[in-house]
Amino acid sequence: MSIYAVALDQPGRAVVLTGNEAVARGAIEAGVAFAACYPGSPTAEVLPTLAQLGDRFNIYTEFSTNEKVAIEGAAAASFAGLRSLTICKADGFNVALDFATAVCLSGTKGGMVIMVGDDPNAHSSVKEEDSRFLARTANLPVLEPATVAEAKEVTRAAFELSEKIMLPVVVRCTTRICHASGDVKLGPLPPVEKQAALSRDQRYVTSTLFAQFMKGKVKTAAALAEDSPFNYYTGPDNAERIVIACGPSCAYALEAIEILGLGDSVGLLKISTTWPLPENLLLKHLKGAREVVFAEEVDSFLEDGVMTIAAKHWDEVGPVKFYGKNTGHMAGPRGAFVGELDPDTVTSCLSKIFSVPYDPPALPNAREARELVNYSMPSRELALCAGCPHRASFWAIKMAVELDGRNAIVLGDIGCYTLGLMRTGYNILQSVHCMGAGVGIACGLGKLDRFNFRQPVITVVGDSTFFHAVPQALINARYNQSDILCVILDNETTAMTGHQPHPGRGVSASGQPAGKVEIEPLLAGMGIPVTVHDPYDVEGTVGVIHRLLRESGPRALVLRRACALVAVKGRKKDRVYVNQEKCIGDDCGCARFCSRVFACPANIWDSRLGKARIDEAVCNGCGVCASLCPQRAIIVERTV
Amino acid sequence: MGEFREPLNVIVTGVGGQGNVLASQVLAAAAVEAGYRVSIGETFGASQRGGSVMSHVRISRDRTYGPLIPRGRAHLIVGFEPLETLRILMDYGNPETVVVMNDRPNYPIGCLLGEEKYPDPHLIVEAVNRLAAKNHVLPATELAKEAGNSMAANMVMTGALSGSGLLPFGGDRFTGVIETLFSGEVRDLNMRAFQKGTEAVQAAGTAR
Ligand code: SF4
Ligand code: SF4
Repeated sequence: MSIYAVALDQPGRAVVLTGNEAVARGAIEAGVAFAACYPGSPTAEVLPTLAQLGDRFNIYTEFSTNEKVAIEGAAAASFAGLRSLTICKADGFNVALDFATAVCLSGTKGGMVIMVGDDPNAHSSVKEEDSRFLARTANLPVLEPATVAEAKEVTRAAFELSEKIMLPVVVRCTTRICHASGDVKLGPLPPVEKQAALSRDQRYVTSTLFAQFMKGKVKTAAALAEDSPFNYYTGPDNAERIVIACGPSCAYALEAIEILGLGDSVGLLKISTTWPLPENLLLKHLKGAREVVFAEEVDSFLEDGVMTIAAKHWDEVGPVKFYGKNTGHMAGPRGAFVGELDPDTVTSCLSKIFSVPYDPPALPNAREARELVNYSMPSRELALCAGCPHRASFWAIKMAVELDGRNAIVLGDIGCYTLGLMRTGYNILQSVHCMGAGVGIACGLGKLDRFNFRQPVITVVGDSTFFHAVPQALINARYNQSDILCVILDNETTAMTGHQPHPGRGVSASGQPAGKVEIEPLLAGMGIPVTVHDPYDVEGTVGVIHRLLRESGPRALVLRRACALVAVKGRKKDRVYVNQEKCIGDDCGCARFCSRVFACPANIWDSRLGKARIDEAVCNGCGVCASLCPQRAIIVERTV
Repeated sequence: MGEFREPLNVIVTGVGGQGNVLASQVLAAAAVEAGYRVSIGETFGASQRGGSVMSHVRISRDRTYGPLIPRGRAHLIVGFEPLETLRILMDYGNPETVVVMNDRPNYPIGCLLGEEKYPDPHLIVEAVNRLAAKNHVLPATELAKEAGNSMAANMVMTGALSGSGLLPFGGDRFTGVIETLFSGEVRDLNMRAFQKGTEAVQAAGTAR
């Protein structure tokens, strides 16, 4: 819950931590010396937590430009004998994968842990991905905590395992661990003294020569998994019906078994070492079982693994029925391979599988209540914040594209500006994939003129995304002379994941002054002409984009304005209000431009007066709506 | 003080930016200080940008429950926003559920755009009254302004929850947590807001 609790030197005391803080504390208790990441939800808070405590516990922390650089830095510390941690989300692990598949062959020295956050239900992602398949591809063992408290213990254990087998170990957490909280019992803190050493005889080289040796390490991990304290069975002895689960699904399954009154006949086998699996432990339980249900999130990884073991030992295991994602039995309302599990889903699935009735408690008067509010329960669509510079940028792009009249294509990718897909961004984006993808796609579209494709191509990227993944694509655009306009929405932070700094900020993860990489000279070095403008000057921005659309070759526009949430911190906001005399309401013909069209959440419609109004609690004082109101009815009172 | 059910299921709900995540954390820390085990599941996604936010807080004598409360099994709902309160009550409430709610609406973007209609807030309160075993309504945002800043509505709501007498531990557990978590002016503001919430609920309770 707080940095204070993460840092407490009171072994045995119970404190409330988030899952991300529990991982950070586990790493501290394990004596971690080096931590690097590119922020991604749901794991974005781990590194900032460590960064704040870096001086206290002698930990070097950094935000790296991307996950590949981060994992390489962490490996370096491991080579030098230090314990190191790198943190990413599943999508980030894709970026780091090239190195991960190599480092398993070279091996590591100091305990090295890769914490990966998978996001079932894509709460803060564009897709769901199961990183365990990646870990297996890279031959790296996977440990999965089932609770927040276990997240700390599993992290500690992962460092030890890594040192034993000289391979990095993946700690896979899902959003319901990372963003959950729970009471965690603090362990002792290690000494802060740490020494790095790398002699001339140590070599870390990737070669297939080491493949068999590496597979041997995985075998050792499998043998150690047999005795892992994080794998255990609860339930009746020799149960014929068992649920095999990992992660938060363990708690859902346990609660479902209780709700259904199946405690006497159904057991739960909780597995944390989901790769490599403890074959003997599983066999022991499979042998007595006749019906086996799997509860896990994202993909059928544990399920496939256990079924392979069952197939290998079919003669000992005998006839067993398996129920899981593959059979469609463990599925939420949207299907087995989409969305997350929860106690209701697991309860209703188990009730069907085991044919026991289940009636969820219900409210008797719900229909009546719904009638009372006229069946109107509007949902909450995500929107850019009040005063968000992206709103102004998207509006300007929309206007410029309309003026240009050639149906310019607008591409995007990952960040707050992904909301350009939705109505808050005027549905302007036509593609969203992964970090920097819009620029690569633009490169391709920008070369289709010989096939009579003549529409201008615009791609928007955030500043943090720019540093993460864009220079290579822009170099490509320059090299191959692709006709694209890359608009860099520079809000001077990594806003989406909680405002972490990046190379353009000149500030380090721990808030210290750092080297600053400027976007303009970088682009100039690539030979790409660059224009810089303030998106809050909407009219001017429209003009610049309109001009740039008519030029050819690769060109860039930096729309620079701080994220509204950062800009208002510790500052008195300008007061913006509607002059009720000037606003002529629906007579204006603007179609309620400010609230309905431009749609900043602070621009509201006062239906009693039939006029526009500004919710001063929400308004961030950017003044953009004032510049767009045709009656000039919105007044900005600058605070000095 | 409240009768204890195992586990005690509390849902704190609102809209991104209202500070309900912090409120659920303060509640959990207070419970741990009082010797309970806790488990919180936060559902917020990219809620910084105006989405619905809910925290499931499960308080147990001796066990770690999963981070999500099954539908229909919330004992207590703390609603920072009327519509969200009703929404969550319909999904997670049962006839014995008790509600503590803020009366100030926060309009979804669809309503601001004039495409959807936000129900009359009085009717929302009426609907909650009909569904819940008991409903404590308070002007938390106004009370927070009186305490010094509308942003402290989350601590007003926390104070109201504590003052409702529905928890198995007293307000001193909360003030202890507020003392350690905050410092200086923010601490004073949060303390004032917490007291205002407690007083508001207790005054309403005696008036009834
Ligand atoms: S000035 Fe206008 S556009 Fe800017 S935040 Fe306030 S209401 Fe929104
Ligand atoms: S956090 Fe910043 S960049 Fe993101 S939507 Fe809000 S104002 Fe815009």
